[in-house]
Amino acid sequence: MKIIRENAPALALIGAMVLFPFAISLLTGEPIDAGTPKFWQGMLAQVFILAVYAISYDLLMGYAGILSFGHAMFFGAGGYVVGILLKHAGWSLPAATLAVILSAAALSLLIGVTALRVQGVYLTMVTLAFAQMMFVISEATDFREWTGAEDGLQSIPVPAWLSPTHQRLTFYFVSLAFCILSYYLVRRITQSPTGRVLVAIRENELRARAIGYNTFVYKLVAMVVAGIMAALAGMMNALWNLNANPNMLATSTTINALLMTIIGGAGTLSGPLLGAAFIHLLGYGLNVAFGPRWPLLFGLVYVAIVLFLPYGFMGAWRSWLLKRRLKM
Amino acid sequence: MTHLLETFSLTRDFGTFRAVDSVNLRVQQGTLHSLIGPNGAGKTTLFNCISAVLPPTHGRVHYEGRDITGTPLHRMTALGIGRSFQITNVFGNVSVLENVRLAVQARHARASYQFWRRADDLSEFEDRAMHALKLVGLAGRERQLAVMLPHGDKRKLELAILLAGDPKLLLLDEPTAGMATEQVPELMATIEHIRANGNRTIILVEHNMNVVMRFSNRISVLHQGRILAEGTPDEIRANDAVQKAYLGGGF
Ligand SMILES: Nc1ncnc2c1ncn2[C@@H]1O[C@H](COP(=O)(O)OP(=O)(O)OP(=O)(O)O)[C@@H](O)[C@H]1O
Ligand SMILES: [Mg+2]
Repeated sequence: MKIIRENAPALALIGAMVLFPFAISLLTGEPIDAGTPKFWQGMLAQVFILAVYAISYDLLMGYAGILSFGHAMFFGAGGYVVGILLKHAGWSLPAATLAVILSAAALSLLIGVTALRVQGVYLTMVTLAFAQMMFVISEATDFREWTGAEDGLQSIPVPAWLSPTHQRLTFYFVSLAFCILSYYLVRRITQSPTGRVLVAIRENELRARAIGYNTFVYKLVAMVVAGIMAALAGMMNALWNLNANPNMLATSTTINALLMTIIGGAGTLSGPLLGAAFIHLLGYGLNVAFGPRWPLLFGLVYVAIVLFLPYGFMGAWRSWLLKRRLKM
Repeated sequence: MTHLLETFSLTRDFGTFRAVDSVNLRVQQGTLHSLIGPNGAGKTTLFNCISAVLPPTHGRVHYEGRDITGTPLHRMTALGIGRSFQITNVFGNVSVLENVRLAVQARHARASYQFWRRADDLSEFEDRAMHALKLVGLAGRERQLAVMLPHGDKRKLELAILLAGDPKLLLLDEPTAGMATEQVPELMATIEHIRANGNRTIILVEHNMNVVMRFSNRISVLHQGRILAEGTPDEIRANDAVQKAYLGGGF
């Protein structure tokens, strides 16, 4: 009972998301696997996937205080690994998923061991350099046969049961489950003794070392967990789009994670979740209303949010709660 | 006579500038040993070399008869060496209790890697943290954010963090710096209590001469990176070289 009460908002949200496809179908009178219901299942599935990507970034930036400019490399790696294995190697999806996890772990260990030797801006630069390298490789014509070079890896054969086109509702629920599990996992980590050390590192790394923490190991753990999660999100993204392309590895994709995290509120897990929903849905809305000029307007919205809600949605919400409590 | 800490020609250069110059310091078990000297004498740098914040350019550090030169910083608490910082150096955006709890948790490396457990369930850590907070007089403030504390309380928190690590040797770098004068005796009484009750050894850097003369068992005077004199408070007061170089005949 206590568990239910403590997590009431989360459970209510999960319930709403489970009912959502049926509710839309009821409201519009359209069948659940076509038209408006199908469209909105797709929109939300993308939000769920992006949310996992944003949460993984927040674990690094918001909790451990590691500002990586190479996070897209994991997102892209997940997409390419699953794409190549399904399309060219004929692997099953579970086997490919395992390969995504293992390759992301290896990649993040490699990047972590290299980049975590330096700090601050230097770390940011090293991660950026690695990501740029991956981006260049993805566009290299030498590997066109495997990666599709600048056109990307097209027509990934997604198993029929998960086809985002034909089994949209299934895809929706798989994405939802993926999001819930990832959120739960990261929340467990941030509330654990290990997570507390990450926050200590963010607040004052020298002091964390001086009281006895081998901060390198903790930061490496954060990088590996974040790397694996971002890669899985990238894999889901590739399954949704039926392709993996160089844009997934581009700096703009890292910036996207940064924006979702900051807008929602760094260092809170519901923040990036909200941020992902906000960016994806607002982007869609602005695109419908203003066409290709939408990124310009989005830039203005972003500036306004940073100016007026410097700690993001969750930061503003928390300080509102605090003020209300102080008044009472 | 057992020396808990001993340094041999400990030297630290910054480029061509020698901040710490062939220092041989011996600190006896269970004493409060003060390190005094004018601004820029190299006191903090010497602390940094002893406590592994900075590697020495050359020289060795022995602790409990073992050579510990080159030990990584994060191993120092396990050895029993803890230090406070001249500039307040706490975890700002977490609670006062969490600051100290983290230091307790750090003594249990295995618990710190249990990423599937809830930190709040490890209540014995919180109890020990509260104990340290009570010792320094911060009980009642544990739920506040550390950055919101007044300066004097931040200095006390600094000390509580240190205590939570249960060190045998404490390096205190100007623990009273920036504190209101009337708060100083209370903090010094706490420090003295900590030393006496845990059979701990303290090396204290302090500019307040009254405090130094009153509480020290021994004093070393550092001047331009070198040890100028060493002795009991009375010997130091009577030392001509010290008078000339530092105390300026002030007392
Ligand atoms: N990281 C550094 N790089 C270059 N020079 C340094 C560095 N740290 C200290 N110094 C220099 O070394 C000398 C000794 O500094 P240190 O901080 O050890 O003195 P101190 O005795 O602690 O002085 P204070 O009483 O002012 O705290 C000073 O001249 C200082 O400028
Ligand atoms: Mg100093």
